[in-house]
Order: sequence, then structure tokens, then C-alpha cells
Amino acid sequence: MTKVHHHEFDVVIVGAGGAGMRAAIEAGPHARTAVITKLFPTRSHTGAAQGGMAAALANVEEDSWEWHTFDTVKGGDYLVDQDAAEILAKESVQAVIDLENMGLPFNRTPDGKIDQRRFGGHTRDHGKAPVRRSCYAADRTGHMILQTLYQTCVKLGIEFFNEFYVLDMIMTEVDGQEVPAAVVAYDLATGEIHIVRGKSIVYATGGFGKIFKTTSNAHTLTGDGIGIIWRKGLPLEDMEFYQFHPTGLAGLGILLSEAARGEGGILRNASGERFMERYAPTIKDLAPRDMVARAMANEVREGRGAGPNKDYVLLDLTHLEPAVIDAKLPDITEFARTYLGVEPYTEPVPVFPTAHYAMGGIPTNIKAEVLRDNDTVVPGLYAAGECACVSVHGANRLGTNSLLDINVFGKRAGIYAVEYAKTATLPPLPENAEAGVIALLDKVRNSKGDEKVSVLRKELQDIMDANAQVYRTEESLNEALEKIIELRARYEKISIQDHGQRFNTDLLEAVELGFLLDLAEVLAYSSRERRESRGGHFREDYLERNDEKFMVHSMLYREAEPNGEIGGGIRVDWKPVVITNYQPMERKY
Amino acid sequence: MSDVKEIAEIPSFTVKLSIRRFDPEKSEEASWQEYEVEMHSTDRVLDALHKIKWEQDGSLTFRRSCAHGVCGSDAVRINGRNRLACKTLIKDLDINSTITVEPIKGLPVEKDLIVDMNPFYQAYKDINPFLVANDKPEKERLQSPEDRARYDDTTKCILCAACTTSCPVFWTDGQYFGPAAIVNAHRFIFDSRDEEAEVRLDILNDKEGVWRCRTTFNCTEACPRGIEVTKAIAEVKQAILRGRP
Repeated sequence: MTKVHHHEFDVVIVGAGGAGMRAAIEAGPHARTAVITKLFPTRSHTGAAQGGMAAALANVEEDSWEWHTFDTVKGGDYLVDQDAAEILAKESVQAVIDLENMGLPFNRTPDGKIDQRRFGGHTRDHGKAPVRRSCYAADRTGHMILQTLYQTCVKLGIEFFNEFYVLDMIMTEVDGQEVPAAVVAYDLATGEIHIVRGKSIVYATGGFGKIFKTTSNAHTLTGDGIGIIWRKGLPLEDMEFYQFHPTGLAGLGILLSEAARGEGGILRNASGERFMERYAPTIKDLAPRDMVARAMANEVREGRGAGPNKDYVLLDLTHLEPAVIDAKLPDITEFARTYLGVEPYTEPVPVFPTAHYAMGGIPTNIKAEVLRDNDTVVPGLYAAGECACVSVHGANRLGTNSLLDINVFGKRAGIYAVEYAKTATLPPLPENAEAGVIALLDKVRNSKGDEKVSVLRKELQDIMDANAQVYRTEESLNEALEKIIELRARYEKISIQDHGQRFNTDLLEAVELGFLLDLAEVLAYSSRERRESRGGHFREDYLERNDEKFMVHSMLYREAEPNGEIGGGIRVDWKPVVITNYQPMERKY
Repeated sequence: MSDVKEIAEIPSFTVKLSIRRFDPEKSEEASWQEYEVEMHSTDRVLDALHKIKWEQDGSLTFRRSCAHGVCGSDAVRINGRNRLACKTLIKDLDINSTITVEPIKGLPVEKDLIVDMNPFYQAYKDINPFLVANDKPEKERLQSPEDRARYDDTTKCILCAACTTSCPVFWTDGQYFGPAAIVNAHRFIFDSRDEEAEVRLDILNDKEGVWRCRTTFNCTEACPRGIEVTKAIAEVKQAILRGRP
């Protein structure tokens, strides 16, 4: 019999990256707070973010939150909810000040203020020229944010459950409304089950880049949190919008920050041409990521790629002073040296787009409350950061807006989770709350087929790279969906080798693959249903943006178990975009 | 449809690894187990571990996450040296002899390459690893680029424990704070905004503090982030003797 432990808190936060810890810092001093994470907090992937965090501090040149809002809306190809974008931009200044006050070692201007640099899509006065808006700490801004937030959590004595995998959420009915009562976690060290009850539950579980082969994401980014929400029958929003970051190290996908271009780096094709001049004449290499990634893929498709297989382009930093590179881009240039053996002082670096960031996710409102449909809140349930869709990123996120998102909406999630917990009573725990997780684990443990988790995962990642990446068509997406049906059937016949209780990562990789299959299917299905091109979603069979039909968010619902049919059990609905000031216009840079 | 191909034809070869295995559910004793895998020269040791786990032996257990040297999960001892498995390329090792991989030393082994990190994290927490400043600024606190540069090196720490578990003093005396905790103390002691340098210096003036350091430089060599760890420890010693500069 698996041992089951019980815990009670006011606020339970799932995930200890930037959003989760920022929420914990708000909640901890006011409510009994627990943070549950499948890693140790400083291992979270916020730490891999490099270039900076946007805020119109205007420390080095004129800037305003209104310009930032416009850039965010335009960068998101007008699918951004503008009320949320206004909050993001307005609260960015305080978010940066909060971090500085907590101790974050930002780079400084000669007069001691926080220094700022350029980043893609951030402009002065509605697109006139690039603006210095990104607050940064060398090219390890995410590392410094993660460390600073963890340090602050240590200072506040926040309680962490490290290396606990949340695998289920228990819902119950209170006053006729369905509310979350607890999450069920698997303790990696012991294999025991922990039921953690809370009045408020906050999801801050990050992304799911591991559905793709070429990705900047960590091995652990398997979308378990979003997957749990999905399996509970709650909707997911805008899942077709996935960002491919232009500059992944070719063949590896390791991220090279856009800061490289912010500091003056130039993308070139095989003949040395600065090809972005053709695609975005005004801001060139600092165009938003979706446009740059597509331009790069197009150069390669039209035979202008570099290298023996002409399958990548080049990021040229050789005209920058080595001292500038060392001071502002030390980590990413070291990645090029370590992993490709390329010396960025003297040689251009081979790069190609890499799966990077989910714009979509768990739908929330501006209080980080999770929605069960277009308008109805699930009381006591919150989400923030990459796993959430509020939606400040719309169809394409601007660089430096994600570190901002986790701080602004992580903080909001913490504040509103406490506010709710203050008046709520602890929802009753249904009987046998652990049964779902025990059944899930037993199924994997006892499965005796001859399929291997690693083989299925690789086939999934290959098909997603080939069929649901920068370029998509009805045909490619149907192919991916059919393959996922096949993989799901084979997933029923897996077997694992480790049958121990302690540190059983073999077991957990199998469970994680289940979530990856679910999320890949939702992504491919919603991509098929959006028959237009917008932001990061590019359909070769529907080249134009179609505002008449698709100026709406997609809302995906899991209405039944997968049944072997394409999209079986999935229903797509649509949700209006919130427009305050900016009517959709053609997106030119 | 995009089709991501390999960069070029990269030569592959057979690599032998000998991995220290331990599973207390099966045996009280640890033992070495040998594996052969087909690898490319651009692969990392982490890729070899994954290949073994995914193709040969699912019970092989290790921590990993980001796979490019920034999360600090996969510090292990490779050919007797502490390194991150994801930052060590196969081609940089001698592939004609067997590559040994074992857990970092000085912390209790839990299973295979996984150690109990709690004593390490506790030492980190014991030096008060957070800014203490009692002013209430309305905007950012000012700090000159020179003052910011003073502690830049020690802000790079990813808490992987490669330094602390390479230290001979830590191996024999688990109570010693160890290099990583001192590095993180340094990061605040030399931050012009911090008001608690004296408290931290007092903590490290303890018998288990900086004076245990024997300046063997193992820590500096082990640091995957290139932090000059021994220098940072020396600066903390100086600060205890003469006060923060």
C-alpha cells in the first residue's frame, strides 16, 4: 500500500519558477503558503532566460508605458487582450523596482540607475525606431531573477516541497460551484503520495517545449500542470500560438538571446547578405521573433542557408568589440564555444529557430483567476506565467515580456490568492482523493508491453518538428494528429524497467509522456482549426490574417476521452479579444 | 513543412562508460557498472547518460533539467573531476579509455548519481543569502557600475555544488560551510547596497568558516561558471581581518 500524507495550507502554489516564487513572496507573509515543485527552486527554467525584462523606466531615453502597450499589442498581431497588456506595461516599472529592492544586481548606467538595452519589437512612439526598454543583468537576467526570488523566499521562510511531482488536482462542489480542494503530489525521494489541501491553488508550472525535438526548453518542461487542468475538463486557450525563437544554436536548439541582436548582432545568409533588410526594412534584425524566425526558415527553404547542408543561417557578432561581448553577452558566446566550437569574436555562429515559448495556456483574467469558459471564474484557482494565457502575448510574445509577465502576474496571483483565502473556508476533501494518482502510477508500473517511452517521445518530437513548427498546413497538422493517435495507442503498451520506490525517474518520464501527448494533440488540433496566419501561427494554405473570422482567441475543451478519431473528444470554441485603444492594423516593421 | 537536419555529418564512435551504481532497495553496496554507447563527438556526457537510460537501462538515475549548464542539476564526478554532465563534451575526454561517472563526493548518496543536497542547501541558508537593507527607496537604489562590478563574479553561482564537493576539507568535515556558501556570502558582503556584511563576516569567522579553507583551488577548477571561488574566499578572509573595503 502506498503511504499517503495529508497537508493543509491557505495558499498552495504549484511550480517554483519566477511566477510561482513571485506569488509566494506576496502570499507568504499573509497566509499559510506552500510551494510544490518537481525540481529544486533554482533549477527552474526561468534561470535560462537571458536578455532582460521590459519596463518603460526611461532611464536612458524617452519612453512610456503607452508605447510599451502598443508594441505588445502589435507584436502579438492584435490578438492581445489590451486591458491585460495595459496592466503589464503600467505595472512593469514597479515590478523592476521590486526586484531591485529585493537585491537583483541589474547592470547600471554611469549615474547608477538600472541600465536598459534594445530588444526586438520594442519601439519609441509606435514603431518609429528601436527603444532601450530592456532592464538586464548581463545575459543572465533570468538567472538573477530566479536567484533573487529564491533568496527572498528564504528570507521570508517560505515552505517548499522540493522534488514533488503534482500529478492531479481534486475538485469538489461548494455552494453549487466546482472549486479546487487539493493537489496530489508524488514525492520523488520516497515514492509516497502527498495530498496538499488549500483554499487557493496557484498554477505556475511553466511550458511544454518538450513536445518538440528542437527546443530551448529544459528536459523537465513537459507541461504537467497545463495537462492536469486539461484532464480536469477545464479549457485551454490559444494553444496554436507557440513561439519559435530565431536564434537557437543550430542542431541543438540551445538559446542565444535576442540581446545579441539588441547589442548589434546581425543575421546573415550563406552569401553574407543581411537578409532582414528585405523582410523588415525599418527595424531589420530587431523585428519580432515570429517574423525573424519565418525569414530565417524562408532563407533556408529558398537555398540561401549556410553550412554543408545549407540548413542554418549565421549570427554575426564579429564587428562587436570583444570587451562588449564579454561584458554584455558572456554566457551565450560561451555556449557557442562549448557546444559548437565556434569563436564568436571572429566567426559567425550557426543558428536556426528553436521551440521556445507557449503564448497560450490556462485562460485567466487580469486577477490571474482561472476561467472555466469565456467569462466564468473557477473560485480559488489561479494561474500565472508561461502556463497561463491572460493574454498579454496574443499571437506572438515580444522578447523581455515573459520575465515581465511572471513578475507582474505572479505578483497578482499571490495577492488575489491571499485575498480569496482570507474569506474562504477550506473545501472538503472528497474520499479517496489519492485514487486517481495511484491508478495512474499503477497503470504505468504494471504495463507489460514492448513499447519504450523514449522511442515514443522521440517519434512525437520528430513529427511535431516536421509538421507543426514554423510552417503549417491542414495536411501537415492532420498528419501530426494521426501520428499522435498511433502513439497514444502504443503508449498503452509501454513498459518501464525501474520498479523501485525511491527516485524512480523512469516511472515519471512515462507519466510525463502522457502529458506531452495530450498537449501536442491540443496544439495540433487548435492549429488546424485556425485557418489563417497570425503571429507565430503560419499556415501556408491560409497565408493572410483573417480578422473577420479569426480576430478571436481559441478555447479548447476536452469533452471526452480520446477515442482514436482525429481531435476526438476535443471541442473548439472562440472568445472575443479585449480591445481598448488599438484597432487591428497591418503589421509592418 | 520545415525539416530540421543535422548540422553536418558528425563522426560517431563507441564510448565505454563505467558508472557508479547504488540502489539501497536492492543492495547495501555500491558497485561499478559498464556500458557501451554509440556517440557523436559533439555529444555531451549527459547525452550518454540519457542514451543508456533510454535504450539500455531505465533504472539508471540522475538529476538533470536545462541541459546547457545554467540550472545546476547534473554536477557529477567525471574521470575523477567535478563537472556538469551537460557541459562536458565527449570529445574533450579521452575516449580510448573508459569514462568514469560517479556521484559528487561528501554528500550522502541516495541512488546512483543522486545525492542528498540538503546539507549543502542548509549551509547556503546559514549565511543569510538575501539582501538586507532597511531604507525604503521610492525607486531603484543607485549603484555605480564600479560597485556593481565588485561582486559580479559571485552572482553567477548556480548552486550545483561542484565546488563544495571538490573540497578536501568538506570531504573530511561535513560541518564546514564550504566554497558555495562562502561565494554566496561574498555576493552580499561586497554588494554596496547590503547592510549586513558584519553579520555574515561573523558567521564565517566561525571555526567551520573561511579559516578551514586550505587554498587548494579545487573549487575554482571545478566551477562550471568560471567563478574565481578561491579568490572570493580570500577576499572574505581579508574582509574579516580588515573590515569590508
